[in-house]
Amino acid sequence: MTARLYIPGDAAAVSVGADLTAEAVAAEARRLGQEVAIVRNGSRGLFWLEPMIEVAANGTRIAYGPVAPEDVPDLFAAGWLTGGTHPLCLGPTDSIPQLARQTRLVFARLGLDDPVSLEAYRSNGGLTGLHKALAMAPEAIIDTIDSAGLRGRGGAGFPTGIKWRTVLNAGSDRKYVVCNADEGDSGTFSDRMLMEGDPYSLIEGMLICGLAVGADTGYIYLRSEYPDAWKILQAAIAGATREGLLGDNVLGSGRRFDLHLFKGAGAYVCGEETALLESIEGKRGLVRAKPPLPALQGLFGQPTVVNNVITLASVPWILAHGGAAYAAYGCGRSRGTLPFQLAGNLKRPGLVEAPFGVSLRELLHDYGGGSASGRPIRAVQVGGPLGAYLPESRFDLPLDYEAFAAVGATVGHGGIVAFDDTVDMAGMARYAMAFCAQESCGKCTPCRIGSVRGVELLDAMLARRPQRSNDDTLLRDLCQTMLEGSLCAMGGMTPYPVLSALDNYPEDFGLAPRPVEKTA
Amino acid sequence: MPEQTHPGADPSGLLPALHRLQEEHGYIPDHAIAQLAKIHNLSQADIIGVIGFYHDFRRTPPGRSQLLICRAESCQAMGADALAGHASQRLGIAFGETTRDGAYTLEAAYCLGNCACSPAMMVNGKLLGRVSAERLDTLLDEIDQS
Repeated sequence: MTARLYIPGDAAAVSVGADLTAEAVAAEARRLGQEVAIVRNGSRGLFWLEPMIEVAANGTRIAYGPVAPEDVPDLFAAGWLTGGTHPLCLGPTDSIPQLARQTRLVFARLGLDDPVSLEAYRSNGGLTGLHKALAMAPEAIIDTIDSAGLRGRGGAGFPTGIKWRTVLNAGSDRKYVVCNADEGDSGTFSDRMLMEGDPYSLIEGMLICGLAVGADTGYIYLRSEYPDAWKILQAAIAGATREGLLGDNVLGSGRRFDLHLFKGAGAYVCGEETALLESIEGKRGLVRAKPPLPALQGLFGQPTVVNNVITLASVPWILAHGGAAYAAYGCGRSRGTLPFQLAGNLKRPGLVEAPFGVSLRELLHDYGGGSASGRPIRAVQVGGPLGAYLPESRFDLPLDYEAFAAVGATVGHGGIVAFDDTVDMAGMARYAMAFCAQESCGKCTPCRIGSVRGVELLDAMLARRPQRSNDDTLLRDLCQTMLEGSLCAMGGMTPYPVLSALDNYPEDFGLAPRPVEKTA
Repeated sequence: MPEQTHPGADPSGLLPALHRLQEEHGYIPDHAIAQLAKIHNLSQADIIGVIGFYHDFRRTPPGRSQLLICRAESCQAMGADALAGHASQRLGIAFGETTRDGAYTLEAAYCLGNCACSPAMMVNGKLLGRVSAERLDTLLDEIDQS
């Protein structure tokens, strides 16, 4: 009998040697005269175990990892094709604690099979949502999204149903669905994983969105840093077109939907929705003033839904299982799950899909295993480069849009980057300003000039730090101007990491002693 | 598709054209700019403005090998600054520069989406994770010898 092996083709798994391991497996199998079928699946997201190989034995998938090419002969000798024991054996994949504890709704299919096989997608529950949506009125689709309580996963958390209804009610015979796949936030990789590991769920989500708002054209704006996702999406779009999922007659419904893949060009600010639209139109990615909202005048001046990858990929699950089933997860006004991305200095970095309300402490310690260096975790940045730095005293805060906003932080796109106690927080504050100066589109003054002045101020503070004579008045003032006066989140949120570093780690800034103690 | 009023309306717009040119030549040659302006009904200044805005596009040839080292937060938390310093020292160039022999261009990236395998870098479009100074040296030795 041919043994079936799953070796991730995910870019991150390949970046730590999955291709070399796959070659070694094929070579060793040939040498032993063993017949094996190797499936290049998506990653399960347990990156400390990558390259993680799963062997289908007696109806169960047994995981081994991390498997280096030199481990392969040994694994064959241990009889891994029939689930043999070996020091690298992790047991049944579904029982790996960090995976078993997750609530995988949107990422349920990740790592199960060949991501570009539409047949595999169907047999794992794909297209159920689309079939339902095809039989529903647009309003009813949007009501379902409303009842799920789905909010934009790109970071802003705007209610998806409200955005869709605005586009539905906008009077125009040409509307667009644009997927923001410009996942530029450092510390985030859930969009990349999903596009590489389950591309049809994004396509299905965009199709459902098109049905709901009356749009027949979609664009996926993909960052150029993701060449593997590009190839997989290209193959998936070709497959979907071949199978009649995309094109003139979506699944025989008489409805039309065309999907274009568009490559970004390395500008972080193009993750901002209006800059992204400018970019598709072939222009410099300058942020547009709002209003008009993109929902009314978006791409080429037409009503446009702009949603993040995870928002759109959540839609098929919601349609298939109902809004109430999705809303049953979560807390407060943050319903459903978020695929959190654990990164930075952690022992077990990876993707954790969990309901809102999970605490940072659970994510960092129960899932993440604490710091990789073994030193105490001193700071955690949540929500990308524009997210606040949080100290240990905040680790029990529930991850929920409102709870984070209340302390001047953001959940953002769910990226969580841990730093141990060797981090220099004044240095991180300087980095935040420098990043803003580097990536600002230049349209508004607080962001364009403010970020440069911020770098200069922090350089001066760093130089004077040993004398402990720094005053942060001017820096705080500058941050306030950027917060209130910037056109978009680039300049408007760069103060989050800066101010949170100042508030939570004042000792790193060489500040002069204050007569009155600051309240948090 | 309202192509006549919106020149970028279909995937054959300006950015895809720039990507194609750069894939072909490694950079955007000057002679292509006038041509692009004509095709897209824009001024040459518009084209140069677009090229200048996006970090990906370059108007001069890069080195034969392009090293992109992630300098963002997650990689910083796992020693990217030391890795960046090592690369810079070994190649004898700063970030944004090309070695005099045209062998290497060293550039910074701000997230490659490989944050769970930090520090990350890209070598000639190939993503690498958990990169140590030793792994980088081995890789550069291989490129040097090829």
